[in-house]
Amino acid sequence: MFEILEKKQLNDTIFQMVVRAERVAKNCLPGQFVIVRMDDDGERIPLTICDYDREAGTITIVFQVVGAETKRMTALNKGDYFRDFVGPLGRPSELCEEEIASLKQKRILFVAGGVGTAPVYPQVKWLKEQGVAADVIVGAKTKDILIMEEEMKAVAGNLYITTDDGSYGRSGMVTKVIQDLVDEGKQYDVCIAIGPMIMMKFVCRLTKELNLPTVVSLNPIMVDGTGMCGACRVLVGGEVKFACVDGPEFDGHLVDFDNAMKRQQQYKTEEGRAMLRLQEGDTHHGGCGNCG
Amino acid sequence: MDVLKKVPVREQDAKERATNFKEVCLGYNMEEAMEEASRCINCKNAQCIKGCPVAIDIPGFIEKVKSGDMEEAYQVISRSSALPAVCGRVCPQESQCEGKCIRGIKGEPVSIGKLERFTADWARENGISPKGAEEKLGKKVAVIGSGPAGLTCAGDLARMGYDVTIFEALHEAGGVLVYGIPEFRLPKEAVVQKEIENVKALGVKIETDVVIGKAVTIDELMKEEGFDAVFIGSGAGLPKFMGIPGENANGVFSANEYLTRSNLMKAFQEDSATPIMKGKKVAVVGGGNVAMDAARTALRLGSEVYIVYRRSEEELPARVEEVHHAKEEGIIFHLLTNPVEILTDDNGWVNGIRCVRMELGEPDESGRRRPVVIPDSEYVIDVDTVIMALGTSPNPLISSTTERLDTNRWKCIVADENNGATSKEGVYAGGDAVTGAATVILAMGAGKNAARGIHEYLSKK
Repeated sequence: MFEILEKKQLNDTIFQMVVRAERVAKNCLPGQFVIVRMDDDGERIPLTICDYDREAGTITIVFQVVGAETKRMTALNKGDYFRDFVGPLGRPSELCEEEIASLKQKRILFVAGGVGTAPVYPQVKWLKEQGVAADVIVGAKTKDILIMEEEMKAVAGNLYITTDDGSYGRSGMVTKVIQDLVDEGKQYDVCIAIGPMIMMKFVCRLTKELNLPTVVSLNPIMVDGTGMCGACRVLVGGEVKFACVDGPEFDGHLVDFDNAMKRQQQYKTEEGRAMLRLQEGDTHHGGCGNCG
Repeated sequence: MDVLKKVPVREQDAKERATNFKEVCLGYNMEEAMEEASRCINCKNAQCIKGCPVAIDIPGFIEKVKSGDMEEAYQVISRSSALPAVCGRVCPQESQCEGKCIRGIKGEPVSIGKLERFTADWARENGISPKGAEEKLGKKVAVIGSGPAGLTCAGDLARMGYDVTIFEALHEAGGVLVYGIPEFRLPKEAVVQKEIENVKALGVKIETDVVIGKAVTIDELMKEEGFDAVFIGSGAGLPKFMGIPGENANGVFSANEYLTRSNLMKAFQEDSATPIMKGKKVAVVGGGNVAMDAARTALRLGSEVYIVYRRSEEELPARVEEVHHAKEEGIIFHLLTNPVEILTDDNGWVNGIRCVRMELGEPDESGRRRPVVIPDSEYVIDVDTVIMALGTSPNPLISSTTERLDTNRWKCIVADENNGATSKEGVYAGGDAVTGAATVILAMGAGKNAARGIHEYLSKK
C-alpha cells in the first residue's frame, strides 16, 4: 500500500499527488513513469513522474481525468492509499546519460503541452541542478487550465507561456512560438516535446523543417509496463518498438504519429461505456442499446 | 471396472462451458480417486518418478490415496512439489509421468495427474498445509519472479530454513499461473492463490510491485539489502510478432496482452475496469497451449474463433487434451495456413487476414517437417481481431542491469542445468528466463534444482 501524503487540484481536470514509494524514489530519473492501481478492482494506469524526493522517499504524480478510472481516482485524498504503485518504468531521458560538460554546451528547448507540462518539469529541474539552463515553452488552451507555471519559472532559463486563445502569455499554438523564437534569432541544438499526440506530431513536422533534432515522450495504451504485453507498440523509423521498455522517449522525427493516434483510439468505445456507468451509477440500465 | 482403462473424469458439457469461465474439468471424487489409485501396481523401479521433473514419489502418494489416507498422500507430494493443485491441472502428464507408466503399455496409464489434483484439492478443502522448516539458518535469499520456478525455488529454500523474499513485478503473485493460464483451466482464487498461501505458510515473504533491474538491481539486493544468494525466475515475457504488414493495426494483440487483460485484470467479467476487445470473428495465429488458451478465451467472450497454424494437426505443439477441448467447444482450425498480411479498413481497424496454404516438405532442424508455401494459394479469412500466439522471448531487464551475468544469443540467461548456477557468484537462474518459453513443470524442476544449488553454495560459505 502506498500512502498519499498530499493532494492538489491544478485545474478543472488535472490533479497532483505526492505518494510515499521508497523503492521508486530511490532510483528514478526524469523521463521515467510509474503504473498505479487504486484498489483490487482498479485498472493499471501509467502516469508520469513529475517530481521525486529521494530522501523523503516520495514521488509526485500528475494525472488528468480522461476516463472512468482517472475520474474515480480524484476521490482519493491525503491519507488514502494506492493499492499498487510500481516503477520507475521506461528508460530515463537521454539527457541524463550525457556528460554534464557536453550538456552545458547544448542549447535545449522544451515544449510542453497541457498535462505534458508535468513530465517536462523534472527534466528541466534536473538540468538546472546540473547547472544547465533550458528554455521552456508551455502551451495551454486557455489561461485557467495552465499548470505548474510557478514551478517551471523557478527552474527554466527562459519560460514562454502561450495560450491558444491568447488569454495569457503569447497567443497561439506552441508551434507558432517555436517559429517565432527561431525568427527572433534563437538557436537550439535539441528540442524535447511532450504533450498531446497531435501537438507532438505538429512540433515534429516543424522542427524537421528547422533541422532541429526532437525527442518526444509517448503515452500509448499499456497493461503491464514491463514489456510483456506489447499493447504499447509504436512504429519508430518503420520498426516496432515497445514504449514501456524501449521508450517512452523516441526520436520524434521517426515516430509514426498517425498510427500511434489510431492505436490510442482502440478502447474508446469501452472507455465511454465505463464512464457512462460511473456517471449514471445505479440509474444506468444499458437501454440506449450502445452499452451493456 | 476395466482395469486397462482410466476411471473417466467428469467435465463440464462442451456447449455449456463454451459460454462460461468455470473450470472445464471437474476432477475425481473420493470414490473415483480410490478406484483409479487401485490401478497402480506400485512398481519397484517406478518409471513414473523418472518422468517427473520434480521427482514426486508417485507410487508412494497413490498408495496413500488407495487406502484413503489423504493427508499423508498430500504430505508425500508436498515434499517434492510446492504446487500440486496447479501441476495436477496443467502438466503435460502424457509425455512425463503417465508417458512412462507401465500400465500404459497394454492399456491406459494410471491417471496420475487427476490423482495429484484430487489429493491437492482435498488438502485445500480440509485446511491441510505443507510443513515448514523447524530450524532457521539465518541466511537470506532473494527470488525474482513469483511464477512456477520462483515459487518452487522459494518453497524449497524456506523448507530448508532460509529466509526467502520473492520480488514480483506485477501487482499479484503467480506469474504465468495468474496472467497466462485462463480461469477455466486453472481457477485463480480457489487454486492458484491457495497454493501461494501455502508457500507463504512456509515463511516465504512476497513483495509485489517491484521491477528488478529498475527499482533495484541484483547487485544492490546483494550489497545493500543483505541477500546472500539470488534466484532469477523472471520468465520469458516478451511477445513475438510475425513482422507482416498490418500487424500494428487496431484489433491485433499479442496473446500475452489478450490473456493478461482477461486473466490478471479480470476483463472477462462484465464490470471489470480493464477493457478487452470482444471481436465478432477472431483469428488466433499459432498452435501451442497459449494459442489454445487465447482461442478458448475469445470463444467464451462470444467470438467465432479460428486457429491459424502453418503446420498440420500432428505438429500442433499444444497438449492433445487442449486441442481436443478446443475442438469440442467449437474452435475452427485452419491448419497448413500461414498469414502473410493483416488487412485493415480506412480507420486502421482489422477487417481480414490474408493467408497462404502450406504443405509439409522435408524435416527441418527441429525434426518437424518444414512447411512450404503452395503457389497461388492466397485467400482471405474475414476477421476483425487477430491474436498473435507465436511464443515469447526473455525480458532483457535483468540481464542488462546485472554485471557479469552471461546470456546466450537468444538473450536467455546461461545457467547450469543441474544446479542453476550462472556466471555470477551467488546468482542462480531457472525456468523460461533460461530455456525460453517452456512448461510450468519444467520451470518448477529448474526452481527445485536451483534451490539445491543455492543450498550447496550457502552451506559452504
